[in-house]
Order: sequence, then structure tokens, then C-alpha cells
Amino acid sequence: MHGVEGYIYPNELELQWSVLIVLYPYLTGLVAGAFILASLERVFKVAAVKPTYRLALLTALAFLLVAPLPLQLHLGRPERSFEMYLTPHRSSAMAMFGFVYLWYLMVVLLLEIWLEYRVEIVGWSKSARGPMRWVYKALTLGSDDIGPEARAVDDKVGWIVTVIGIPSAFLLHGYVGFIFGSVKANAWWSTPLMPIVFLFSAMVSGIAAVLLLYMAAMKVKRRPIDMRCADTIAKYLFYVFLIDFSLEMLDLVHRIYEADESFRTLDFMVQTRLYVSQVVIQILLGTCLPLAILAATQIFRIGEAARRALYATAAVLTLAGIFAMRWNVVIGGQLFSKSYLGYTTYKLEFATREGLLPALALMILPFAILWVLVKLLPPWPEKQAILEPSDATIAGVKG
Amino acid sequence: MGRPATGRGRRAAADEEACVPGKLKHAGHLIRPAVVLLLGFALFLLVRGAVVPATFGELGHYRAASLDEIRQQAPAFAGQAVCAGCHAGVTAVRASGKHRAVACEACHGPSARHAADPAAVRHAPLDVVALCAGCHEKDSAKPKWFRQVESKEHSGGAPCQSCHQPHKPEF
Amino acid sequence: MTISRRDLLSQSGKLLILAPVAAVPAPPRRASEDAAAGYDPSRHRWAMAIDIDKCIGCGNCVRACEQENDVPAGFFRTWIERYQVSGADQEHPKVESPDGGRNGFPPSSNSNAKEFYVPKICNQCSESPCVQVCPVGATFDSPDGVVLVDQSYCLGCRYCVHACPYGCRYIHPGRHTVDKCTFCYHRITRGLTTACCEACPTGARALADLKDPRDPIHEFLRVNKVHVLKPHMATRAKVFYASLDGAVR
Repeated sequence: MHGVEGYIYPNELELQWSVLIVLYPYLTGLVAGAFILASLERVFKVAAVKPTYRLALLTALAFLLVAPLPLQLHLGRPERSFEMYLTPHRSSAMAMFGFVYLWYLMVVLLLEIWLEYRVEIVGWSKSARGPMRWVYKALTLGSDDIGPEARAVDDKVGWIVTVIGIPSAFLLHGYVGFIFGSVKANAWWSTPLMPIVFLFSAMVSGIAAVLLLYMAAMKVKRRPIDMRCADTIAKYLFYVFLIDFSLEMLDLVHRIYEADESFRTLDFMVQTRLYVSQVVIQILLGTCLPLAILAATQIFRIGEAARRALYATAAVLTLAGIFAMRWNVVIGGQLFSKSYLGYTTYKLEFATREGLLPALALMILPFAILWVLVKLLPPWPEKQAILEPSDATIAGVKG
Repeated sequence: MGRPATGRGRRAAADEEACVPGKLKHAGHLIRPAVVLLLGFALFLLVRGAVVPATFGELGHYRAASLDEIRQQAPAFAGQAVCAGCHAGVTAVRASGKHRAVACEACHGPSARHAADPAAVRHAPLDVVALCAGCHEKDSAKPKWFRQVESKEHSGGAPCQSCHQPHKPEF
Repeated sequence: MTISRRDLLSQSGKLLILAPVAAVPAPPRRASEDAAAGYDPSRHRWAMAIDIDKCIGCGNCVRACEQENDVPAGFFRTWIERYQVSGADQEHPKVESPDGGRNGFPPSSNSNAKEFYVPKICNQCSESPCVQVCPVGATFDSPDGVVLVDQSYCLGCRYCVHACPYGCRYIHPGRHTVDKCTFCYHRITRGLTTACCEACPTGARALADLKDPRDPIHEFLRVNKVHVLKPHMATRAKVFYASLDGAVR
């Protein structure tokens, strides 16, 4: 049989989870990571990252809206996906995803964004023209109370929502890790470290994405990059990445030392079929190199322009590395036979339902959504004046 | 976050000044997203009640009616008793020989349609040589107790049934 | 085992027809039992006995399953593997299953290796990982111990395919939902045996009812050295193998 080496069970010839399922943890990871970065400012009072607070929230929303689409597209019977909400099976690690997702979308993210933007939304609902006025009017949900007391309430409730949001973000992505980590039949997936590795890699990818988006947005808007902000984000990226790398190495060392029945098979797979994506892209280019770059920016005094270039490079490599990590987990877990006697091959198709083309479209879609969101809810107001609560000219502002 | 540092200071001041009903008055706008969420939840419960299949959960976390649906499938193999019901003669011959444990349909194939309408549905003739070889061709992986021959050398190309009677293969 | 067979033979004349020569006699299937109406699931608990020493790798079971259940080409509800184990090297047996063994195997003439055939089928686990992970309740453990799929409810997420340690599940290419061995649920609830057992010429496999005190399975479990596949997976598999080699996985 083509692409098969050794013996695989006859039903194992076909791979079950395609590149779309690689996208799913990648996208949710970006959501969780971006939200946790946003919460740094709000809950942990890291004032330096303030310029990215709103961008991080909108990024999280844009990716969260796209996250279930690859799953939906992958289902054999997509029209039946609502059954997950109707009759969720309590013993299934997958069944709660819909609820965790909705909780995170409705109760955490949308609420926090609404509270954060409410003052401006009320202003825009009075100043905007044409259909946009009605969009903003709808977004006010019919309340224009933006007096100082109401704002104080918003601030307090927003803080509470963020505090709830942090464990929710942990839950969202730790949960995705558990979906894989709890499959005892699959030695490549089955490890209690999976949720925590997913969580930290999510934070890494989300922080890198927001850093990159912030620098890119400033470039597009021809505004100066707040280096104190970029430096702080890079510092957090470095530390979180160190934890993530340690966890992944712990998993690796544990597997090598324990060398259970699956080890030889998995080791051979990493040395051959996963060599490029695992060793070269994920570990060397996607982890060691960005870690070295970030370490260098922490240790040496480097000029601003060079730092910006290094941060951008590290962020791009990180995002590629985390994507490779998702690929290696999802696809790698299906390349070896559960008989441990053989291997199969994943052939990425192009213009099919689960091919490269829809995957690329799903990867671009969040950026399109983000573009719309940034237009609708500008993260960086042109005039600081609007932030004065008593200012009657709130209406005059539009990003 | 878009709020100026003074905002938090103001809040503290407002807290001191405002009496409790005043505070609630300024939280009035929060009721709106709460109403939106509750409406959504109520709608979900309504829809759920209407579309969950009737027998779901009767016997466990599944649609109990599916058990009967699965049982509706028509058997293709009639079963030994059905064959024996009509073909008593050959069944008796077979029962006296070494193939007594081999069900009719093991060689003749699925016969439920034939049993339902014996005149209209008839079995295709069997390729006896291939059928014999399918089981009895020599293979070192087969258990030793099982009778095996290298058919070329055993029969010299003659069809098996020229010596053996398939329903009672021993001489 | 001979004793049990003799007991069985004495039970009814019908068994003269049904009882195979081998150590795994077909249980006394109540062919007269009225299918649709009179079946009480609470009185049965289905399992299977497989005797490795009886399997000749003819592929009859694979073809019968295909014919009975319209199994799509390239997928298998049951299949046969041929093992060749050399010396002490239990870790690297040579295993093959050309087209699931549906057309038998090219004859081997290997005097240096230990060789045998292993029929595989859904293990109808009591603690089924596939049932555990189904997010919607489309796959379930029936009251009589068979793991079934509700074809009209499965959404084709494929999580159960990953959860099965034995590779017994596949996605039906036409229906886009998961499919697997049903132990011929439509047959066994009518008093028939499974298609694979019906077609097996050597009695290497026999459907068993653990709740039937007269079922030969009890004798089979008592007399043989019995093993299940991948016991470390703790799935409480109900397909019991006699003479299963340690190299089998």
C-alpha cells in the first residue's frame, strides 16, 4: 500500500484528523494567549502593556469566532453538530467544548469588550452617520448611561469579568489539550502534561501574535511603537516560552527515560516522518532560535530598531514553531499504527473540503474579522480627550 | 485599558458618596446584556426541549429507538437450521462426514434470499477447486491438525471433486 | 472441551448439525426463538470466543461480514492477521493482512518461525473507550453488551476512531458516519449467530452469551488459557482468545 511502512491495522490506512484539526488548537491557543496578555494589564496592573490591551481583546475575539469553523468543516455530518448542545455526553472529553466555547465567547469576551468600549459606543451612536449609527445604537443595547458612577460600575464589573476570564481562558485551552491527552489508546497523545503544555504554548503563541500585530498595526498607522510596551511583552514572551519549553522537554525526557512499549515506534517516527516538522521546525527554528533571540534582548543592550527587528523575527518564528507543534501533535499522533508495527503517511490535499485551501482561508479569516473589528471598535483612539468622563465632546471621536 | 488613572480615584469617591440605591441605579445598563444572555439561554432550552429525540435517555445516553432500527436489518445468511429445513438429504450426508461442522453457507454463500424464494433465487455454481484450495492449500501458518495439501502435487491438476465428494470428502 | 461438546450433543439432535469438531462449539443458538417480538435484552450478554489454534486464515469470515453487512471496500469490521515470530524476538513479529485477509493469504513455507493466524473483531468492551468519548451519545453499550452506533445521530467527529485501541472503527465513505462491527445485532437478536461465525469452517470463532448458563463459553473460559487483546488498556474486552501469543498486539 502506498505510503505505508510495516504493518498497520487495515482500518488505519485513512487518517482521521486532517490539517483542519491542526488549526483548531492553534486558533483556540491564540485566543487564550491573547486574552491572558490582555488580563496582564487589567488584573495584574502591568501598565506597560496597556497599548495592546484592546488589540489583544479584539484579536482574541477574531480568532475565537473562527475557532469552531475548522471543526464544523471537518465533521462528516456538519448539520448534526448542534447535537453537542442537545445531548452532551458527560463522559466525553469533547462534549463540553460547545459550552466552554459559548461561556468564553458570551460571558467573558463579548462582555468584557462591551464594558471596555461602552463609553465610546454611546458616543459613536450619537456621532456616526448612516447605517453605522444604527450599528452602534444596537451595540449600546439601548443604554446611554455613561456618567461617572456608571463608568465606575463598568470598571469594577470589567475587572471581575477579567478575573473570571483568566481561569476561563485556561479552561478553554487546557480543555483542548485534555481532548488529546486523555486518549489512552494513543501513546503519542496520552500524557497528563498535554493540557498544561497546550496551555503554555497557547500563551506563547497568543503573546507572540499580539506583539506582532501591534508592531504591524503601528507600522501601518505610521505611529511610533511604544518600546516600553514591546519590551515588556517580549519579556513575558521569553518567560512563558521558557516554561513551555521546559514542560515539553520534561515530556520528552520522561518518554525517553521511561521507554515504554510505544517508545521505539514513536522515536523512529520522530527521527523519520516527523523530523522536519518536529526537530527542525518546532524545536530548532520554532523554539530554540526565538528563545535565543529573546534571551539576547534580555541580556544585551541592543538599539531600538534592532530590537524591533529581533522581536518581529522571534514572534514570527514562535508562531511557526507553535503551529508545527500543533501539527506534530495532531498529525504525528496518527502516523503510527496502534499495533506499534508500522506507519502511514498524511497526504495534504489542496482544494478539497479538508485540504490546504480551506485551511489557508480559515487562517486568513480571523485577520479579516480583526480588520473589521478594528474599524468598528478602534483600539487606539485618535484623541485622548474622549477619555475625560465629563467631556461633552465624546461624540466627536472616531478612529 | 482605556480608562484614565483618575477614573479609579473617582470611583472610590463615588462609592463613599453614593448610597446603595444610587449605585444600583447606575448599574442599570448591566441588566441589558444579562437580559440578552438569559433570553438566549431560554431560547436554547426551548429549542432543546423540542428537538431532542423522543426515546433519548430511556435506556442510557442514547436514542433507545436505534436498537430496534439496527435490528431491522435483514440477514443475508439464513443460518444452518434454515438450510437443513429443506435440504435434509444432503444435510444428513454432510453430518456423517468430516465437513459436518462446516455450515452450508460457508461454501454456498449467503442464502437468505434463496430461502425466502427458492424458485426465483438460485445459487450460482461454485468453483469447487478454488473453494477447496481456499481452506486446504498447504501453508505453514495453518494449524498442524488441519488437513493441507499442495494441490498441484496432490492431484496433478485433476479437479478435487473427481476423487472427493465435497459434502463428505473422505473416502 | 470434548466433554462439553458431548454434553451439548446430548442436549439436542439439532446440535448434531451445529456442533463443530473443534474446541469452540457453536453455542446452542435458539433458531426458533422469535426474533423481533420475543427478544429480551436483559437476558443476554454477548461475547465471543476465538481459538487461535483453529484459525486457518481462509478469509471466510471477512467475506461473510462484507456480504451480511455491506461493508465498504477497504474497510473492515473483522479481519485476519498472519503473525510470524522468529525466536525470542517477540517485539518485532512480521504481521500481514492483505486486504484484511478477505481472500486468504499467500501460502507460507517458513519452518524457522512460529506462525499463526489471528482473527480480529470489535472486542465489545464493557468499558469501551469509544463509548466514553462519543460527545453526543451516538455510540453506546446496548443493554445486552454490544457496542452499537446510531447511524442517524453520529456526527462523524471521528473521536471514537482514535479512542479505539484495536483499530476496529472506520468512517463509512458513503454515510460519513462511524461504522463498526455490531456482532450482527440484527442476527443474534433473532436467534442466529453472527455471519462470521456462521461462515467459519473450523469453529475458530463462536458467538457466546455470558448470561446463558448452558453456553459453552463457560467451559471455554475454564478449560483454556484465555487472553484478551491489550489487557493493559483496561477496556474489559469481551472477545476472549484461547492460545493467544504474547507477540500479538
